[in-house]
Amino acid sequence: MTTPLAGYLLVAALLFAIGLAGALVRRNAILVLIGIELMLNAANLNLIAFWRYGPHPERLTGMMFAIFSIAVAAAEAAVGLGLVIAIHRHTNTTDLDKMNRMKG
Amino acid sequence: MSPIFYILAAVTLGGGLAAVLLRQLVHAALAATVAFAGLALLYLQLDAQFVGFAQVLVYIGAVAILIVFAILLTRGSEVPKDGVFSRTWAVGLVVAAAVFAVLGWAVLASLRALPLAEAAPAATVHEIGVALVGRYVLPLEIVGLLLTAATVGAVIVALHEKERPKQ
Repeated sequence: MTTPLAGYLLVAALLFAIGLAGALVRRNAILVLIGIELMLNAANLNLIAFWRYGPHPERLTGMMFAIFSIAVAAAEAAVGLGLVIAIHRHTNTTDLDKMNRMKG
Repeated sequence: MSPIFYILAAVTLGGGLAAVLLRQLVHAALAATVAFAGLALLYLQLDAQFVGFAQVLVYIGAVAILIVFAILLTRGSEVPKDGVFSRTWAVGLVVAAAVFAVLGWAVLASLRALPLAEAAPAATVHEIGVALVGRYVLPLEIVGLLLTAATVGAVIVALHEKERPKQ
């Protein structure tokens, strides 16, 4: 007898792998950030699934973790996209293969 | 396992896959939005209504718009001629496949230890609010500070640099 939890965990693992592939394979910095967002979302799905099917759901631990994780991910997206825009203004590219200097 | 779960999982994973594979950046951002929406519906399916609506507000409402703005500001809507994939794409693909293999193996190996389905826990917005200002008040304050600092930092980083005289 399988539990619904296993299905959610497998979906989260697949989504994490897709996000990781996007972050590692694409050249555009914005696409890499999208991949990172997908990975964070996969982790959130795990947290919510364990909250739903784990012991003591009334203590809301997993749900609180997911809420704070969403807030931190929003901050990360704002700063990350700001950095991409700043780098584009400086070097006129968002191609990660061409960003090979730390000094502008 | 209900058929709704399979449909939502297919929508989420298809959106994620399309976001990673599509050449046109704007299309990829829209596909990522589909994946975020599918995740919000999965949260609703898991009886986490508050997190589901927070997901809609934060990801579809804010992050997706921010990504589209960044794409338009960096003229990323033009497809580069020398391909959209990195030179070391094969290594990245192998790493991602290995990570999925390990995670899937861990889930399948612990299949019997996973807890069975229980009755839906009641997590009303009232309870979440009480927990946020009670037990989790310090993390809440820290997250508020973090969001303020991140907003100010993002504005400062993306701000136009003034031309400074060269020394």
